[in-house]
Amino acid sequence: MNDLMSVVDWSRAQFALTAMVHWLFVPLTIGLSFIVALMETMYFRTKLEKWKKLTKFWMLLFGINFACGVATGIILEFEFGTNWSNYSWFVGDIFGAPLAIEGIFAFFMESTFIAVMFFGWNKVSRGFHLAATWLTAFGVVLSALWILVANAWMQYPAGMEFDPDQMRNVMVNFSDVVFSPVAMNKFFHTVFSGWTLGGVFVVGVACFMLFRKSNREAALMSIKLGGWVGLIGLLLTMYTGDGSAVQVSRYQPMKLAAMEGLYNGQVGQGLIGIGVLNPSKTVDNQEDPMLFSVEIPYGLSVLANHDAKSFVPGINDLLDGYTIVDGNGDTVTDLSYTEKIARGKEAQEALARYHDATAAGDEQTRAEALQVLRDNYRYFGYGYFTEPSQGVPPVALTFYSFRIMVMGGGYLLLFFLAALFCAYKKQNWLDRRWIHWVGILTIPVVWIVSEAGWVVAEVGRQPWVIQDLMPARAAISAIQSSSVQITFWMFVVIFLGLLIADVSILCREISKASKKEILK
Amino acid sequence: MTLSLLQSYWWLLISILGALLVFLLFVQGGQTLILFQKNNMARQMTVNSLGRKWELTFTTLVVFGGAFFASFPLFYSTSFGGAYWLWMLILVSFVIQAFSYEFRRKPGNLLGTRFYDLLLFLNGIFGCVLLGVAVGTMFFGADFVVEKGNIVNGASPVISSWKSPLHGLEAIFSFPCLLLGFTVLYLARMQASFYLLNNLSGDAVVTSHYRRTMVLNSGIFLVLFLTFLAVLFTAVGYEYSADGTVTAVQYKYLMNLVEMWWFGALFLIGVVLVLYAIFAAIFKPGKNNGIWFTGIGTFLVILSLFAILGYNNTCYYPSVADINSSLNIANSSSTHFTLEVMAYVSLFIPVVILYIWYVWRKMDSKPITPQEVLEDDHLY
Repeated sequence: MNDLMSVVDWSRAQFALTAMVHWLFVPLTIGLSFIVALMETMYFRTKLEKWKKLTKFWMLLFGINFACGVATGIILEFEFGTNWSNYSWFVGDIFGAPLAIEGIFAFFMESTFIAVMFFGWNKVSRGFHLAATWLTAFGVVLSALWILVANAWMQYPAGMEFDPDQMRNVMVNFSDVVFSPVAMNKFFHTVFSGWTLGGVFVVGVACFMLFRKSNREAALMSIKLGGWVGLIGLLLTMYTGDGSAVQVSRYQPMKLAAMEGLYNGQVGQGLIGIGVLNPSKTVDNQEDPMLFSVEIPYGLSVLANHDAKSFVPGINDLLDGYTIVDGNGDTVTDLSYTEKIARGKEAQEALARYHDATAAGDEQTRAEALQVLRDNYRYFGYGYFTEPSQGVPPVALTFYSFRIMVMGGGYLLLFFLAALFCAYKKQNWLDRRWIHWVGILTIPVVWIVSEAGWVVAEVGRQPWVIQDLMPARAAISAIQSSSVQITFWMFVVIFLGLLIADVSILCREISKASKKEILK
Repeated sequence: MTLSLLQSYWWLLISILGALLVFLLFVQGGQTLILFQKNNMARQMTVNSLGRKWELTFTTLVVFGGAFFASFPLFYSTSFGGAYWLWMLILVSFVIQAFSYEFRRKPGNLLGTRFYDLLLFLNGIFGCVLLGVAVGTMFFGADFVVEKGNIVNGASPVISSWKSPLHGLEAIFSFPCLLLGFTVLYLARMQASFYLLNNLSGDAVVTSHYRRTMVLNSGIFLVLFLTFLAVLFTAVGYEYSADGTVTAVQYKYLMNLVEMWWFGALFLIGVVLVLYAIFAAIFKPGKNNGIWFTGIGTFLVILSLFAILGYNNTCYYPSVADINSSLNIANSSSTHFTLEVMAYVSLFIPVVILYIWYVWRKMDSKPITPQEVLEDDHLY
């Protein structure tokens, strides 16, 4: 059992490491591919060489980043099999399809047209080249769509049912999988956040050019375009983020409780604007969960349900179960985790009975077991727990990540408004050193904000690999923890080397460009 | 469509992707030729020729894996989770390729061009050999047990377990698997020589070099390939019956080739095309279009090999630990619904192939010249 838990933890760590490193490159690919396509469109429409040169400069940075995204992306696909083999079987009938479709449609599109982007300037017509650039950007978004459909399905498993004969989940409705509200919201939220990050990157690098007192025209063009893309992306990210909150409240209430560090919920629940968690607070003690907090009255009820009088359950409410009459007079209820665990075990035992009865040809027991299984299947995953507290995600990490994401988003709104204001109304302000520094230093900030968003989504989902159906401990491969430890550290070394080289090359290319006039 | 038909259809698609992947491994084969290339211009031309295709191979590998996952998830789960080290080594060998082209000549790459060329070389060697070894386990067996009932065992819920503590490394020490690995490597090197002869132009030294490389690698490949065929056609294969019982059958793969004569015919056509390309290139030195013949030939041969691996009631992933755990296209596939949905999706594959063909026809309409390598502002 100890080795099992160790394998689970190391496999989690390895997947988290890979996903976080992959996510360093992906949003920039999403954002920059769109911005580059817009720049080339400007070149196509105006035929001005300066737009072509600007396009080529940003395309160069895009290419360096894209290669790293490809290198880290394939690892995730492999790890579903190598480290989460039970998961691959249990839901492979559903989960595999989006991955395959991503490959067939998106990866081939990207890999074909990116070659035209880079090597086709003198080989194909201007129109063909522009189409290739847009198709590359479209391929990137298409790739995001399918991988986010797969990810959203893990958060909200739709379009499936359990097949007791095959002892796995099977797909019964493809459009429910693809067009689930969680998938659509997650897709748009992620793509728009990529635009935001791309916008900050372009504005930040342009500020570096201005800091070096070079490429003023190129920097201004970049700030205007990057600023608009970033601002629009951010506003849409905020809008879809609101949709995410409602969905989390509905489908993953424990995640929402962890995001808020909320242990005991109430009707008209407030939202913690700023707060410090009490590190010694656990579900087993009665200590105050917060050392310090500033609360926005009714905020969480509004955020989660768009209803100030609604009830938002806390961690203890969810663990203990509740029946509450909310401010609208509606009764809301949920089972305790103890009961869910019991029903999950009942489902698992029924499945075992069903299997034995099938082998023995005992039709009556088979039918009875099947009924019990169907009645309790929605709690199947809880049957792997031995105590309710195992169902609680890491609260502190989820809580602080959520705040970093939200506050960072607020800062970025001001940043884009200020950048566009300077670019259009106060261009002389763009000669001030501190403004350059703000632009440059916002580049790491946007990455922290973006990563924090994924930490909220994925750490808050724990311990589930598939919400309510399969916890991480049941999803792993039968390998020794020492093997996963070795590969974990191997990837640490590879990623460190990759990151250092990537940042070094990007810095050198930007620095090189800042020493000459890239539009000349 | 019946489930059985869909399973066969998806095995055909997997076979096609596998055959395309093996053909496209010419990129890896070419990478094994870069490091020892003394002529700087020749090296640059080679890298820039291969570099424009690497993503196509990489994408085909990813799609091959994704399609296998979607259509036969029990294989993905059993093989990847069990032969952990084998797949991890394959993974790492491809990861190091993905950034090496982009980084190798960029200022600030920290480790210098030769280091990234070394990574490309390692990807070329290990990518080919280890993929060959992994496919070898599909013919010659792997050390696993599948027990689906484990899913309700809270203490040990994993359904597929690997019996060898080496978790896939043992396959590297298996003669037939390793033989296939080296056969794939020399096939890739031979194909790379043909491809480079076709894609590079304007430098007599380069042409003469790759002609010699082609002759040498073709010779080694033919010896390895014939040895592999001898081992494969005399090997024991595993056949499953309608009730799922698995039995060992001597000469199973050879019998499959005879019983499914249409694949036998494709196999022979493929072999003849490869041989024609080799002899034509040797005896007609002015012809540089051999890649088309070896490419099509390789595709047909690999397609036929995958066909005799998965069709005719053959277990495509035999278990040497428990014969009845062996995987076949009937017991390891996705459901009828998923396979059907994916079958509709697969109807778009010709469109994908068409645009890839169109784009590369435009891009490769003129061979890469030394002048292009000197003047292009985006170089690998």
